[in-house]
Amino acid sequence: MRSTNDTDTAEAAVAAPMELDQLPALALAVREHIVRMATGGGCFIGASLSCADLLVYLYTRVLRLSPAMLGDPGRDYLFLSKGHDVPALYGTLAELGYIPRERLAQHLRTSDSIYWHPNRAVPGVEFHSGSLGHLLSVAIGVALDIRLRGGANRVWVILGDGELDEGSVWEACLVASAFRLDNLTAIVDRNEFQANVRTEDLVPLEPIPAKFEAFGWSCRTADGHSFADLEAALGPLRAAPYVAGRPSVVVARTVRGKGLPSIEARADRWFANFTAAEIAGLLEELHGGESRALTSEGLVVR
Amino acid sequence: MSEGTVPRAALGNPAAGDRPVQETSPAVQAASGPSGGVGQAAAALASESQAGLEASQGKAAAELPATYEAALAALAEARPELVVMTAENRAAIRNLPAVLGARFIDVGICEQTMVGAAAGLALRGRTPVAHALATFLVMRAFEFIRTDVGIANLPVTLVGAVPGFLSDGNGPTHQALEDVALMRGIPHMQVVCPADEQELIAALPAILDSRAPTYVRYNAMPPAVTHTAPFEIGCAEVAAPGAEGGVTLLTYGFLLREVMAARQVLEECGVPAAVLNMRTLKPLDEAAVLRAARRSRLLVAVEDHFQIGGLYSIVAEVMVRHGVHCRLQSISLGERWFKPALLADVLAHEGFTGPAIAGKVLAEIGELGALSILDETLVDIPDGRGGPSHPARR
Repeated sequence: MRSTNDTDTAEAAVAAPMELDQLPALALAVREHIVRMATGGGCFIGASLSCADLLVYLYTRVLRLSPAMLGDPGRDYLFLSKGHDVPALYGTLAELGYIPRERLAQHLRTSDSIYWHPNRAVPGVEFHSGSLGHLLSVAIGVALDIRLRGGANRVWVILGDGELDEGSVWEACLVASAFRLDNLTAIVDRNEFQANVRTEDLVPLEPIPAKFEAFGWSCRTADGHSFADLEAALGPLRAAPYVAGRPSVVVARTVRGKGLPSIEARADRWFANFTAAEIAGLLEELHGGESRALTSEGLVVR
Repeated sequence: MSEGTVPRAALGNPAAGDRPVQETSPAVQAASGPSGGVGQAAAALASESQAGLEASQGKAAAELPATYEAALAALAEARPELVVMTAENRAAIRNLPAVLGARFIDVGICEQTMVGAAAGLALRGRTPVAHALATFLVMRAFEFIRTDVGIANLPVTLVGAVPGFLSDGNGPTHQALEDVALMRGIPHMQVVCPADEQELIAALPAILDSRAPTYVRYNAMPPAVTHTAPFEIGCAEVAAPGAEGGVTLLTYGFLLREVMAARQVLEECGVPAAVLNMRTLKPLDEAAVLRAARRSRLLVAVEDHFQIGGLYSIVAEVMVRHGVHCRLQSISLGERWFKPALLADVLAHEGFTGPAIAGKVLAEIGELGALSILDETLVDIPDGRGGPSHPARR
């Protein structure tokens, strides 16, 4: 293994951060990819849309990472623990040159590995997920090793809010705090919904920040669709944790289905398999057209 | 979770009273005794190891440390990528924090997080050796093992303490009697079941060199046999030769001691018996099993495991797959947990002492009459088929 405290090598290959005003266009392109993956078998469109701005922001402004750095132990690691929002990650990786855009047309084909949950056959995906409550633990292992080797790189984990139901998340929170892993940051995609039900109507999660604080983390909140807000909350973490010796967490308030009012409106379309005509309509809606009347049934997959 | 109820050295130094057979040489007892205070460094562990092994082992083992802890310390010194993890189960590795520093990672009673973090460490090039009580490791954290270590096929070694009967008085919460079945069901996962601490130590380099995910059924008992063949993953050891047309006893773990005693009884009854120490259940030494099946009138799978999914199942699968047939007896826990007690009493109560195992084998082949030459009070005869003087009938 290469030395991981050789940050000069890492910095040389990091893509220059994009300007904040370039991000809305990039996020729109990512959302187009997500919509196009919602046919021919469908995808978790709602959760992907809630996470799109977050991923675009992290990959362009925060992560010490570029396509040339994959495999470089000095890179930042991003783990997508909630998993089912992977179309947003696929779209981001395609737009930023980690994978060819054409690969997204292979969604759900046996000839490729572009399926409903992340896996390492897709360059840029650090680890597979799909089973909730795992990757905070995996990230702890990576963060521990980075610290053992004196590395300056950081580890980022995106958690779903519904995922916070899993006890293993809180077990991992205890351990990260015990080991004072301040090179570790979690971002909660707080879109208020689990698969079928509002989180607060099922197993209430609030107050989320107080829970993390009680577990020894430092927490801030942000509007997960405002790049300026994300910059204020996440930007400083690129250089240092909120509090030395503590892991950091940002609760990003988001909207499931963000960008497509017709998807936001109905829960049963958050995993959906649309017709080609419906996809064309949704793409128009994404670009400011009016909401579409959708007739395809949502798939009850959870 | 109640690790706190494990009352004594659950790993490493079984209390003398737990040993089913008291034939440990003084040298081995010295080597498996307390390892000196915390703060003694690897050198101390190593020198103690040297003293133990030179007295107790032959030249074949002369290069190996005498305790699991010393072996891990030596391996960690030679392999900087090795990290030792535990979910607050330190009995066998209590001196390693001082030796390994930050490479000793104790996550507390968090088996799931330990396994997930082990996967993360392995992603970074580390080779974690992770410890927890066998039940909580393979069941509480099963999905983490299967999903994070298994799917990614990472070089993580999982060491399950007090498996099977070795949980003695803890009760069914602590009885890992399905660990082999669970772990062997995970693609690429190796299952290593050493017969004693010497074999455990010999297995470690082979496990680490394999770079495969591995479950180790931890056992640091003193040896019951002198191991001559070097340890090799996928190679069984012929612990005792038999004869054409006799029976072959197959076993793994500390029960090898009882099975060797059973073999002695069988031979005295005129029933030639071979003993195979399987050592690794996955990969399995299929050739050894098939050889035994072809030359024996009966195979006997002896294990402190449920009948489903363990050695009995494995041997049956191998014979079916190769179209080789031999009668196969299971001496296992069947479908129940065992009566918690001190180990020697568990073995007696459950019919796993050498004479009891022999009695079951003789009953299976219809030669109970041969028992008349023995002290039948030693023999637990199944199904009340013993004579009127048998304790079960009194």
